[in-house]
Amino acid sequence: MSKRVYLDNAATTMVDPAVVKALLPYHSEKYGNPSSLHAFGREAARALEESRATLAKVLNCEAGEIVFTSGGTESDNLALLGVAALAKTKRVITTAIEHPAVLKTCDYLEANGFEVVRLPVDRYGIIRMADLERALSKEAAAVSVMHANNEVGSVQPIDAVAKLCASKGVPLHVDAVQSFGKLPIELSKAPISLLSVSSHKIHGPKGAGALFVRRGVKLSPRLLGGGHERGLRSGTENVSGIVGFAKAAEIARRNRVKNCRKMSLLRDRLAKRVLAANKGAWLNGPTGVKRLCNNANFSFPGIEGEALVLRLDAEGIAASTGSACSSKSLKPSHVLLAMGLTPVQAHGSLRLTLSRFTTAREIDYAAGKIAQVVKELGGFSNVSREEAMRRV
Amino acid sequence: MYNETVMRHFLKPKFAGELKGADAVGTVGNPICGDKMSVCIKVKAGKISAIRFKTFGCAAAIATSDMVCGLALGKTLDAALKITRNDVSEALGKLPPIKEHCSNLAADALGEAIFNYYSARGEKIPKALAERRAHLACASCEAHQCAPKA
Repeated sequence: MSKRVYLDNAATTMVDPAVVKALLPYHSEKYGNPSSLHAFGREAARALEESRATLAKVLNCEAGEIVFTSGGTESDNLALLGVAALAKTKRVITTAIEHPAVLKTCDYLEANGFEVVRLPVDRYGIIRMADLERALSKEAAAVSVMHANNEVGSVQPIDAVAKLCASKGVPLHVDAVQSFGKLPIELSKAPISLLSVSSHKIHGPKGAGALFVRRGVKLSPRLLGGGHERGLRSGTENVSGIVGFAKAAEIARRNRVKNCRKMSLLRDRLAKRVLAANKGAWLNGPTGVKRLCNNANFSFPGIEGEALVLRLDAEGIAASTGSACSSKSLKPSHVLLAMGLTPVQAHGSLRLTLSRFTTAREIDYAAGKIAQVVKELGGFSNVSREEAMRRV
Repeated sequence: MYNETVMRHFLKPKFAGELKGADAVGTVGNPICGDKMSVCIKVKAGKISAIRFKTFGCAAAIATSDMVCGLALGKTLDAALKITRNDVSEALGKLPPIKEHCSNLAADALGEAIFNYYSARGEKIPKALAERRAHLACASCEAHQCAPKA
């Protein structure tokens, strides 16, 4: 095995060398605590506030509206639990296809006396505005809708969602972890109250993220202590991580349109080749502008996803699956099930996610190996395509 | 997650595929749960003279299928019936705990093949096999009723 092709960029990304260069000094020389009075501390505090200003610029918001966190999960938790703790109405609205960071937090709220409404999605993994409208006919403490789905890349009509929520006076939280750096987010225009972003999905380091908290939105902190981040997130800031995050965000913004066009062309090339070479396979999720530029998600009826991923791994290709057999819970992807796939079909799913560093050669190599591995596994599968397509 | 032995049997199974002219086939599992295994046997002079598997499932399901075929080949039916899930797991140098429940069904598929062999020939089912079949169930998903109908 000589070739290594990384097509799991929805899981995490390579840190951009320019980002590494920007953050390294904050480990070795500029290692002060931003809360300290002395020069070391002031140096770190300056870097922290510059990073905040950079991120604010990328998100089109004010620097004072950024709360740095450890990543997407913490941002989602802070947003939902923080709003819920102060809520008079014990009712939240979310979707069936959220990331576990939102879903499990909603489960927790449910176990603690909240009513949780989980909006269904259509076969492409997109919510219907009529469902949200109906759900909003009753009072709610918050609505949480992801911008782009992590498994199938479906892009939610977030501007319409934001307008509707604003018209009802219900704060909207958006998990933008997957879309950040790929889709434009205009917080100066869209009436979004809270928005989660993460560093390691955009070629920044792991362990850094942020929650946008619109001025006037009241949150109860989850981490108590020294009162960092305007009291909303105590704990010494991960300065190097945040510096890297801001650098990564800046780079992502600079070349966003060009990179997204490149990724979507390569993604379409991959889809075309995979679908042409594998009879019976299909693409899960929407196409065109309703799909995130770097996401492809296939189903191969009669093939099990974990076996597929591990055989591809043996060929040097990194991918992921919604199959239950690869999950700790042994449950197939909640996203694919919500889209109407049967468990058998969800078992046969393969997610390939590109980055701006992905090349056409890598895509062609992967497409060839996928066809080979699917053929091998299909050669001794005892579940026929017909059986896999059965509805019960 | 998987050890080298499991990976070897998963990546390069020796017994995968069709067995032409098989005397019997045994199938267990349910694709809803992610695993369905079939073991095909040929029997000559009371011994398993040829054996192959067809499996829909994860790496552990494929590796256990391959291992049970290797363990059973050349054995008498009685001896083959003594192969347990645990024997398969031991021979593979242990599976991840979560996979022990759901993906280690290959010994049961072999048992089913032998049961079907006896049944088709109108031969008496050994007591141990009858008892074993009474407990046949996919441990992880009894709700799906993976156990074959008697």
